[in-house]
Amino acid sequence: MVMECDAVIVGTGPAGATVAEVLTAAGWSVVMLEKGRNHLLSLEAPFGPLGHVSNDELKMHHRHFLGPDPWLEPRTFRREESDGDRIYTGDVNNLPSTVGGGGMHADGKLPRFRENDFHARSERGPMDDAELVDWPVDYDELEPYYAEAERVVGVAGDANANPFAAWRSGPYPMPPGADMFCAVLTSEAATKHGFHPYRAPSGVNSVEYDGRPACNNCGFCAYFGCPIEAKGDPVAPLRHALRTGLCDIRPESYVTDVLLDGTGRKARGVRYLDVNGDAHDVNARHVILGAGAFETPRLLLRSQIGNPDIVGRFLMYHFQTFALGIFPFRLHAHRGRAVTHLHDDPIVPDDLALAAARDAGLPWFRGGIVEHGGASHPISEAIHLPPGLEHTRLMLASPMRDRMAAFTMQGEDMPQATNRIDLDPHVVDAWGIPAGRVTYSSHRHEVECSKHWAPRLEAVLRDAGATHTFWATSPPLPEHAARRRIPNPSPISRHVMGTARMGSDPTTSVCDPWQRLHDVDNVVIADSSVFPTSTGYGPTLTIVALAIRASRALAGLDPLRSIRPSGPAA
Amino acid sequence: MPVWLTEHEHAVVAAAADRLIPPYEEHPGGAALGVADYIDGLLSAFEVDPPRIWAGGPFSGRAGGESSFDQFIELSALEELAWRTRIEGSKGMVERERNGAIIGWQQQYREGIAELGRDFLDLAPEEQDARLQQHREFKRLLYVHACEGAYAAPEYGGNRGLTGWTAIQFDGDVQPRGYTDEEVAGRA
Ligand SMILES: Cc1cc2nc3c(=O)[nH]c(=O)nc-3n(C[C@H](O)[C@H](O)[C@H](O)COP(=O)(O)OP(=O)(O)OC[C@H]3O[C@@H](n4cnc5c(N)ncnc54)[C@H](O)[C@@H]3O)c2cc1C
Ligand code: SF4
Repeated sequence: MVMECDAVIVGTGPAGATVAEVLTAAGWSVVMLEKGRNHLLSLEAPFGPLGHVSNDELKMHHRHFLGPDPWLEPRTFRREESDGDRIYTGDVNNLPSTVGGGGMHADGKLPRFRENDFHARSERGPMDDAELVDWPVDYDELEPYYAEAERVVGVAGDANANPFAAWRSGPYPMPPGADMFCAVLTSEAATKHGFHPYRAPSGVNSVEYDGRPACNNCGFCAYFGCPIEAKGDPVAPLRHALRTGLCDIRPESYVTDVLLDGTGRKARGVRYLDVNGDAHDVNARHVILGAGAFETPRLLLRSQIGNPDIVGRFLMYHFQTFALGIFPFRLHAHRGRAVTHLHDDPIVPDDLALAAARDAGLPWFRGGIVEHGGASHPISEAIHLPPGLEHTRLMLASPMRDRMAAFTMQGEDMPQATNRIDLDPHVVDAWGIPAGRVTYSSHRHEVECSKHWAPRLEAVLRDAGATHTFWATSPPLPEHAARRRIPNPSPISRHVMGTARMGSDPTTSVCDPWQRLHDVDNVVIADSSVFPTSTGYGPTLTIVALAIRASRALAGLDPLRSIRPSGPAA
Repeated sequence: MPVWLTEHEHAVVAAAADRLIPPYEEHPGGAALGVADYIDGLLSAFEVDPPRIWAGGPFSGRAGGESSFDQFIELSALEELAWRTRIEGSKGMVERERNGAIIGWQQQYREGIAELGRDFLDLAPEEQDARLQQHREFKRLLYVHACEGAYAAPEYGGNRGLTGWTAIQFDGDVQPRGYTDEEVAGRA
């Protein structure tokens, strides 16, 4: 079977879905190929909900309902080459493999990056053993795309709440939603510590929006799909694209290769395997890769396109620091959107943080947003407890769930050439294709930054009323990793970035500032593979903003512009 | 009547579950919570069609809406391969042994229960604990499944009468009712 279309899009997550909406609105025909199943929306008009996702911890969280099943799609991990071929096989940063991609699981804190994130290298200066660079696009150019992204996804937030936020051309499309009790408590304490917590901009409806209802705070949010379509996941852009009649979504279609024409400089389409394992070609004028920053480089490597010195390298996550506090009373963090407040203070270091960086022999360090949340689900709580009477006592008193408040700092990760995704030499997936392999060790920057901030966050929790506090990191600090055997040593971060970085120089980057491959320019990368740095913010709003920019340019639409409001400087 | 486990095996699993999750105050033990039924339902998941792997959605009916958790969701051919391999083991079949042979849960239970001893049910609780401790891998598997059986939705066979959730003051699934803004922000 051969199919023809203007663009073939690999992946239906936030990146691919955004591109589909923009291109179909511009009159292009698109075919979307998604390796996972469809549990999101009917593919027949009027494209209503399927009702498959539910408040079911076992199914959604422990039985891989949205995929990928780590047995069908194993990934492998090692810290460095000296570890040998791998030290772990299984779930490595698995984001859902399903129509809607990681957007289904995400609980959608959607902040913008700050102005100076786009000038990381020129504003901060170099960091040893890291390839810190400036972005080839800056905030002022991206601002209208951020505004459009917030409108398309549906972001609820308060424009004046965060003193460190970048300038904005207008308000959020919706006011913020309900505040969680534990997040209010920890925010009050954080304020007393001189920090600046604010109500998180969230891709979750606080009011009815775009034909979808307001969130009812069910609490089965992070790692779940939304049973009532209140989340700003790809359901809205995919439905809009389908309604044009120009979008053909094919679930259970696993793309194996980008196909080139005789010149080797143009793609003519892609090849995919259907549910029976039969191969099909889709011919297209343009190929859009939105497979996520793990699968996109895997596909490039297999297809042998993209700058071979760079593809897969500069893999970045967020270095996660968890400060946890146990309270003498119940916090019911299972009610609400998982996280309702943030603070950015570790991104804008104070004198203490600057001194700590210098003491550690670093020129500076940058942490990341701190998420105010708690723990929510009992099976996850239970399996981490010891069996026996201790189990029942602890489940009744619930220090590790109902009485726990958590800070998660999403620390900025340094881009290092040695941190990379490549193809495992032996392990294969259920289609017989080499598994993706991660080689990853944290830079001293992240480690030192985490060690500085963790006790400061713990102190906030104590002032909020916690009677016991502790902290942990993912990946583990080097000294902890050496001490005990960890079943899965890979970072649990679901923020994956940098594996096909963009830039103006074809020798040091994979794609150009419009996200086209330098060597095959009708292939566009729409996901966070293109990020030159990780920043300390969740990636998804920036993925969507960049995808709107790149696909509008592709369709020949005028660039969006915005005006910085005058008046008192923020 | 258990489906995959024998009556005796079912009784051993229930007794072991009561040692891993012993009753305490208002919290029932693993036996009363129906952990053995949950495990039997998992081991016999493919005896029913669609298999008892993923409950349906979007609502259970417990918090409004029509009940649909009891209508299980079909698996794709690949998903069936993965879940059969987990439950039944790879048994030398090429498509199940891509990255090596797998011993399935059915075999792990059959052998694990046998290794706990014919007399397991007659032992004093401390002796049962000692037996379980001698078979750490099986104990771990049992514990993870016991936790699932205790606190998963009752459609999977455990959490009998929702007693797992009520004991720990967890409401379970709450769609389509959800929580009011006051219930989210308030102290109680
Ligand atoms: C629990 C959780 C919470 C999160 N919270 C936040 C948050 O608060 N803020 C934030 O910014 N981000 C958050 N994220 C991250 C967010 O989900 C990702 O950044 C986002 O989904 C990335 O979008 P994407 O479209 O680039 O890739 P993905 O969402 O990963 O989508 C890629 C899609 O491509 C498909 N695919 C891959 N390879 C192939 C192939 N060869 N053939 C066909 N299809 C293929 C995949 O199956 C997948 O569906 C969270 C993630 C999780 C899991
Ligand atoms: S908390 Fe809100 S957005 Fe999240 S799953 Fe529940 S209803 Fe949906």
